[in-house]
Amino acid sequence: MTGPPEGPDGRTPTAAPGPGRVYHRRGLTRRAREELHGRLLVAPTLLVVGAVVLLPFAAVLVLSVQELRLIEIGALGPADLGVSLANFADVLTASGFWAAVRTTLVYATATTVGSLAAGLALALALRRPFRGRGLMRGLALVPYVLPVVAAATITEMLLDPQYGAVNEAGRRFLGWEAPVDFLTEHRIDVAGLPVPVALSVVVAFEVWKSFPLAFLFLTARLQAVPRDVEEAAVVDGASPLQVFRHVLLPQLAGVLGVLALLRFIWSFQNFNDVYLLTGGAGGTEVVAVRVYRELVTGADVGSAAALGVLMTAALAVPLLLYLRLVRKGRL
Amino acid sequence: MTVRRRWDRHAVERRVLAVARVVVIALAAIAAAGPLLYGIVLSVRPFAAFVADPLALPSLSEIDFGPYATALRSEDDGGFGLARFMRNSAAVAAWTTVLAVACSVLGAYAAVRLRFFGRDTVNGFFLAVYLFPGIVLAVPLFVLFSRVGLTGTLTGLVLIYMAQTVPVALYMLRGYFQAVPAGVEEAAEVDGCNRLQVIVRVVLPMALPGITATALYVFMIAWNEFLFALLFLVGDRERWTVSLGIARLGDFAVPAPVLMAGSIAITVPVVAGFLVAQRLLVSGLTAGAEKG
Repeated sequence: MTGPPEGPDGRTPTAAPGPGRVYHRRGLTRRAREELHGRLLVAPTLLVVGAVVLLPFAAVLVLSVQELRLIEIGALGPADLGVSLANFADVLTASGFWAAVRTTLVYATATTVGSLAAGLALALALRRPFRGRGLMRGLALVPYVLPVVAAATITEMLLDPQYGAVNEAGRRFLGWEAPVDFLTEHRIDVAGLPVPVALSVVVAFEVWKSFPLAFLFLTARLQAVPRDVEEAAVVDGASPLQVFRHVLLPQLAGVLGVLALLRFIWSFQNFNDVYLLTGGAGGTEVVAVRVYRELVTGADVGSAAALGVLMTAALAVPLLLYLRLVRKGRL
Repeated sequence: MTVRRRWDRHAVERRVLAVARVVVIALAAIAAAGPLLYGIVLSVRPFAAFVADPLALPSLSEIDFGPYATALRSEDDGGFGLARFMRNSAAVAAWTTVLAVACSVLGAYAAVRLRFFGRDTVNGFFLAVYLFPGIVLAVPLFVLFSRVGLTGTLTGLVLIYMAQTVPVALYMLRGYFQAVPAGVEEAAEVDGCNRLQVIVRVVLPMALPGITATALYVFMIAWNEFLFALLFLVGDRERWTVSLGIARLGDFAVPAPVLMAGSIAITVPVVAGFLVAQRLLVSGLTAGAEKG
């Protein structure tokens, strides 16, 4: 850090100049200048974020207790605001709400597990160098940077019941009798087991789009694992799986935990994938899509806001957990 | 006499893992490149040939880049206006990048070099913003922006994208700035530079590669964004961005090759930019991961 004079713990502002004071222009101590400049430099960011995130968050709380339709916004004044919990009652008892909650939880959990497993598998597979490893590492990140709309459009084509490659391959090589409409089909029995088709597709899509990030972080962490412990374990006769289980996994646990939290938070609120691929059909309606529907299709601002507040409340636990981890210096 | 091979756990594990490794790498290669290649193949193949045999590769004589031209041409010329969508997206993404990077350079410098009251709170707050559900903010922003007349404008989008990208830009820049030795800055200060001069003349040049990578990442996010473009611009075809444009065209009866050509055309700039700055981006994103 800069300069010698600092407050007692570096956080609390010291009104009185500390020991080793250095006076500067305008009579401010170095410490006081730092204080002032620090605040000035974050001010623009705070201003924008406050206007576009904090203010709206306050607004969503207010809106959630209003009986407000989209058409009425234009004439809305402060005098029209009231307090009513009707929106929450409506939202909680609406048909399909609890199904959407369940779908969201299944979706978020499945994507988290899938994304971490895929990222971990690839990170381990690419650990030892080979020709083309650099290329493979770059390639593996492509799904993460693609525009989601382009990815969804191509996926829809791939899964098209009439001329999509997947159905054609199924017909030709696996003897499928009828084409599968992957994006609207709720369930299909495979060998007597019901498989949720559309939900599996949106989960697979999000796993595909998000595993690169897990791969990236796990690779970085793996590179920092000291080799000697692993070598010692091998000398002591540990099998490859034992080395993974007892040497590598404990080293990766921290990053895996953080990544799991992040992915769960992001998948829980994911709107794009489901909206673009299925529009919520075939048992894929997640809460985020419901919020959009209340707002745009239903033109019911109050209910959309109430749903949003419930979503935020549900996310509060993983969010706080994540912030605590960050504070502790993990990531 | 039978030679009984000893059941060697190590050998078995090693062999199974060697196979699994090859399988994982092959699957990842297919997953990463497959869909893009599929999109490219479809975009240059006549639709009739594709319907006749959906799994075949195009013969060289079949290849036709016409769908790209059709997608890019404006509607008046019988096209689908993708060039205009790209101009809109480029403008929105460029403004977002300039503003977000400017804000976060100042913020990141303060976070790394200065001690001030509430610094940790501010940092935690930005992180929370990064994770806050966009769809929840969409509701009040839609209402507020309708009230002040910002829906249907690209300015409104720039504001939102900026607020959404500043936290991640700040996080990345912090990592790059920490790598700049503080001693150089102190020397500049002794030589009479004030704080802004130190940032502009010393920190910026030294962290330039990192700032470039951050700018690219922000540009990518803004270029790809879909939800807010959908909410604010859907009624105004003149202002559609690339994501909104392709998504809407997908709902109309647009010929499949044209749709694929459009998807590939909006992907190319992003993937190209990413591949150029890959090393820097990766180190910026994973700056904290080594601590574990």
